Amino acid sequence: MKPEYSFWQKLVVRIPYAWLVAFFLVPFLIVLKISLSQTAIAQPPYTPTFDVTAGWHGVRNFFAGLSLDNYGFLGTDPLYILSYVKSLQIAAFSTLLLLIIGYPIAYAITRMPRRGQAVLVVLVVLPFWTSFLIRIYAWMNILQHDGPLNQLLMALHIVSAPPAWLATDTAVYIGIVYSYLPFMVLPLYATLEKLDEQLLEAAADLGCPRWKTFWLVTLPLSAPGVVAGSLLCFIPIVGEFVIPDLLGGSRTSMIGQTIWTEFFANKDWPTAAAVAVVLVCLLVTPIVIFQNHAMFQKQDMRGSERD
Amino acid sequence: MFGARMQTVESAGGSAKRGFAKRGFAPWADRNAQPLLRIEGLRKRFGAFAAVDQLSLDIYQGEFFALLGPSGCGKTTLLRLIAGFEEPDAGRILLDGVDLAQVPPHRRPVNMMFQSYALFPHLNVEANVAFGLKQEGLPKPQIAERVADMLALVRLESLGRRKPHELSGGQRQRVALARCLVKRPRLLLLDEPMAALDKKLRGETQFELMELQRRLGLTFIIVTHDQSEAMTVANRIAVMDRGRLMQIAPPAEIYEQPNSRWVADFIGEVNLFEGRVGDDGLSVEGTALGRLRVSAKVNAEPQATVWVAVRPEKMQIMRAEPAPDQQTGPENCAAATVVDVGYLGDLSIYKLRTEAGVPLKAAVANTGRSIGDAISWDDKVWLSFPPQAAIVLTR
Repeated sequence: MKPEYSFWQKLVVRIPYAWLVAFFLVPFLIVLKISLSQTAIAQPPYTPTFDVTAGWHGVRNFFAGLSLDNYGFLGTDPLYILSYVKSLQIAAFSTLLLLIIGYPIAYAITRMPRRGQAVLVVLVVLPFWTSFLIRIYAWMNILQHDGPLNQLLMALHIVSAPPAWLATDTAVYIGIVYSYLPFMVLPLYATLEKLDEQLLEAAADLGCPRWKTFWLVTLPLSAPGVVAGSLLCFIPIVGEFVIPDLLGGSRTSMIGQTIWTEFFANKDWPTAAAVAVVLVCLLVTPIVIFQNHAMFQKQDMRGSERD
Repeated sequence: MFGARMQTVESAGGSAKRGFAKRGFAPWADRNAQPLLRIEGLRKRFGAFAAVDQLSLDIYQGEFFALLGPSGCGKTTLLRLIAGFEEPDAGRILLDGVDLAQVPPHRRPVNMMFQSYALFPHLNVEANVAFGLKQEGLPKPQIAERVADMLALVRLESLGRRKPHELSGGQRQRVALARCLVKRPRLLLLDEPMAALDKKLRGETQFELMELQRRLGLTFIIVTHDQSEAMTVANRIAVMDRGRLMQIAPPAEIYEQPNSRWVADFIGEVNLFEGRVGDDGLSVEGTALGRLRVSAKVNAEPQATVWVAVRPEKMQIMRAEPAPDQQTGPENCAAATVVDVGYLGDLSIYKLRTEAGVPLKAAVANTGRSIGDAISWDDKVWLSFPPQAAIVLTR
């Protein structure tokens, strides 16, 4: 029997949908439309525009004016492809670094007594209390030629001449790993915290030394946390603009900077929109694949819990 | 019970001692027998709470040994100390004469079946069972063979590819058992192995477990809070309370000859009467039922305080007053009123009260099939018990 929902119940269910339509789907369709337009010296700076007063004729003209030319253009200029590759590369490597640094932190927190854990989790998210932009400016200060980092390295006689940090990929990696670490640690902590201690005892009981138990039991069982943390970091890092712009050099051109340049410097809204649409497609595809996989696993589990 | 492939596993079992005669198996009574497991003065505290306190115990090859006690008595802690998950504060645990203190859990020839089963959720049944053998570094074909044999033994051969969450509670329990047994441990520790099963399945599994233990010739230590379970499966039972051993004995001895009021009261139901030893040593005087006669000479000074314990099923209920003994008059007898009746089908449990207000319990087997004429509420009856039924307890 189909349950009957009252007006208010239906409304409550539909509010999130309405939200997604108004603030995600509509803006995306606008960007998609701009990406199919041509640049123009006008206000707004592209054609065609939708002229409601021209009636049916206007609608026909509007659709005739749309084209995929901008997407073709992206393929002809290596700037865009290089910029995509650079973004994906930086995001992939940063995510790996975040995993290598974040996993031991999350694991260490779960090994602490209960009360200590809460304190440590708060410490992990504590940087959010300060503005993101201010923290990046702080890194600019730390990494500059006569900044605290170089002073420290010189004082410890690790280097003889101060190395240049700012305007390098290294600085971008430092900024990204620092900023995104909580997004990696929290999902990992959430999965590791649920891990049944008795499974580790069972492994030891069956003759498995501790280090091996980590590889055979802990790591496989924390896979959902690894996937969640990685997605949570990888996707925003690909589109990261502020960190490479402030800490990176002119040669570190990530896709966010390319869009900025097209949009503000070149006033080429349609090309900027096309770059953005391609980026969305690049990012959405892996998520959809992952989601389907997760759904499939869940159904698989539910289907078998009948007895 | 566990299928035809038992033979294969058994012959692969090597030196395992096989098929001891059930009757007369009492290595604990043999002064020359070497214990498999010896526990000496073991102590473990959690803060101010003594979970295991000055505990000494010998367990022999081939025993099915039960640790029985109320929750929080330290029985699971004792099991975890043997497995190596807890470190003792004092005392020694010796297996085959070797002190286990320096042996980490993963090197002990001891396996534990967890109450939660602790199956690896990311591995299928076969991989769960094979896990322990892989740690031994056995060649793959040998692992596959032993896993297949073990799955056949616990009748799970068709479910090898299933994940734990795709199994029923009873099937999961058998996977957990198979995962331990496949390692052929010197000692198998079972922590409340049947707590999660329903009553009927539990009963069947108890007999399967005994059969398995006897056929494989292994030594089992089971922890349980269920006394009927301990009585069913075990050769010997250790009754524990607050970290101490109260009594170690075969089930019948624990029941018929408890060594203290605590054990008599913990195992089964009991009527307890406090009194003083009579001058002849064959009676207890001044109890709530007056002078009670016992069959054996009381092991205490005359006039010492003792307790007479009588099991409810050894009480006889009669509608008419029993004929008094010619010389001594009626003894071990009291008039009472039925206060409550519990009809269990095979048994009826009666709660009674004497005229002086002493509460009594009696159990009667329902051997007849008549329904109408049973003793019922408010009936006036006479209770008596023979001197042989009386257990005299000095503490």
